Amino acid sequence: MTATEISSNEQYNFEIVKKFAFMAVVWGLIGMSIGVYIASELAWPFFNLDIPYITFGRLRPAHTSSVIFGFGGSALFATSYYIVQRTCQARLFGEGLATFTFWGWQAAIVLADISYMLGYTQAREYAEMEWPIDLLIEVTWVSYLIVFVGTIMKRKQPHIYVANWFFLSFILATALLHTFNNLAVPISLFSMKSYSLFAGTQDAMTQWWYGHNAVGFFLTAAFLGMMYYFVPKQAGRPIYSYRLSIVHFWALSFLYMWVGAHHLHWTALPDWTSTLAATFSIMLLLPSWGGMINGIMTLSGAWDKLRTDPIMRFMIVALSFYGMSTFEGPLMALKDVNALSHYTDWTVGHVHSGALGWVAMITFGSLYHMIPKLWNTRIWSEKLIGIHFWLATIGVLMYITAMWISGITQGLMWRAFDQYGNLQYSFVESVAAMHPLYAMRAFGGMFFLSGMVLMATNIMMTIRQGGRAAAIAPAVKLASAGV
Amino acid sequence: MGWIYWFSSYEHTKPLALVILFVTFVVILVYVYGNKKRGEAIESHKNIPFLDDDSNAREEKK
Repeated sequence: MTATEISSNEQYNFEIVKKFAFMAVVWGLIGMSIGVYIASELAWPFFNLDIPYITFGRLRPAHTSSVIFGFGGSALFATSYYIVQRTCQARLFGEGLATFTFWGWQAAIVLADISYMLGYTQAREYAEMEWPIDLLIEVTWVSYLIVFVGTIMKRKQPHIYVANWFFLSFILATALLHTFNNLAVPISLFSMKSYSLFAGTQDAMTQWWYGHNAVGFFLTAAFLGMMYYFVPKQAGRPIYSYRLSIVHFWALSFLYMWVGAHHLHWTALPDWTSTLAATFSIMLLLPSWGGMINGIMTLSGAWDKLRTDPIMRFMIVALSFYGMSTFEGPLMALKDVNALSHYTDWTVGHVHSGALGWVAMITFGSLYHMIPKLWNTRIWSEKLIGIHFWLATIGVLMYITAMWISGITQGLMWRAFDQYGNLQYSFVESVAAMHPLYAMRAFGGMFFLSGMVLMATNIMMTIRQGGRAAAIAPAVKLASAGV
Repeated sequence: MGWIYWFSSYEHTKPLALVILFVTFVVILVYVYGNKKRGEAIESHKNIPFLDDDSNAREEKK
């Protein structure tokens, strides 16, 4: 049988894709709502309401886990299962195992969020889950690897499309990172508490080896996989250069693993490690921009789509933010810039220009493309997608502008000396100076969240519309046959 | 087995890693861009996301 002799969509397992896609929207709503709430707590502390469970320290990991692993992770499971089936032209391997990845993943995030609010954390950024949840993630992730590789192995298309390379590197790298970063000794079998196997500088190094590669492989490589499939599909034309995508993949995979130490400049880390990380961070600019150009140039000759197609607008703006944040990252990795930017809100702004501008926007575009196809219908309202696009764009811009100003102001205030060599400002003066910017950040988040609410409405209505059409389809068929 | 200690020194392994990675990267570049015919064959894979649509459309026509 040749690669193109495939009967119809029905031979694919889209049920699992639907489940993950639906939960991506749900987690988007939950995670972003928590984000807006904790941003409001920072601007207006009375929102803490003297309730320990909802203080910033406990809700912050609930926010990051819900958006990164709940929203982003569910979207990645959905799109990778969709793409690997369609580009390999094979049904997903291991039906039961795929269903297990759904329940395992959802349970892990729910348990993580509850445990954070109860005060359990291993205090490792983006890996705050305690050991029982880590074990659940480990088992789920290995199942994911088996399902994905199993599907690739039974492919009918001889070549493995580049999007699957990115997904596979993301799955393998995340497995490595999760395993080694979470090596810990529980204090007892029936206790949630554990202590890391590493100590001191090695512990910090392991944490940031994980932390930055979570950004590199979870939040970048995987979403590039999404981009390499959905941008060509939405544009109706193949990717600009397949050869560039191969160089992009290998260069990104080679370089990312080395850069984590740039999170630890000016610490007890050996200076050569710090310099090595900064050097690789600068080199990383080349593949990142190569990939961005490859994505954007796919639209070459069809730029008018940007005027008429709001989904395309999401994708191209996402790529622009990808380019911008991958320029800002290497800049901040330079030791001298880092001396100013580190520990300030500039870092928070940088993360969100990547997370909201790149990750969320490419996800929105991909879900808007994929969900109507899954339910075999049209999107309920294209106009709402257009409004969502502008709310999201204004929201991100407000957020990152506020954080740039806030971060640079903090950096400058903390290092200012008076004529006698004393610090010019007390810490609390810098906190007071941040207040209007924290309010602006919270409003930016509210814009972004409003867009997410519109998306959820649009998606729910699309699913209902698809369900209704599917229900009446047999009756219409019978009527047209004159029965 | 004394030679194995050579790898225990950063002064040796850092440039070695650099050479291995750089050479591998150059080999990939040459493979991808070095031959016009091979380049065209590689580029043809960019149409894979659309093959599925073709088969579906053909199926509907039937």
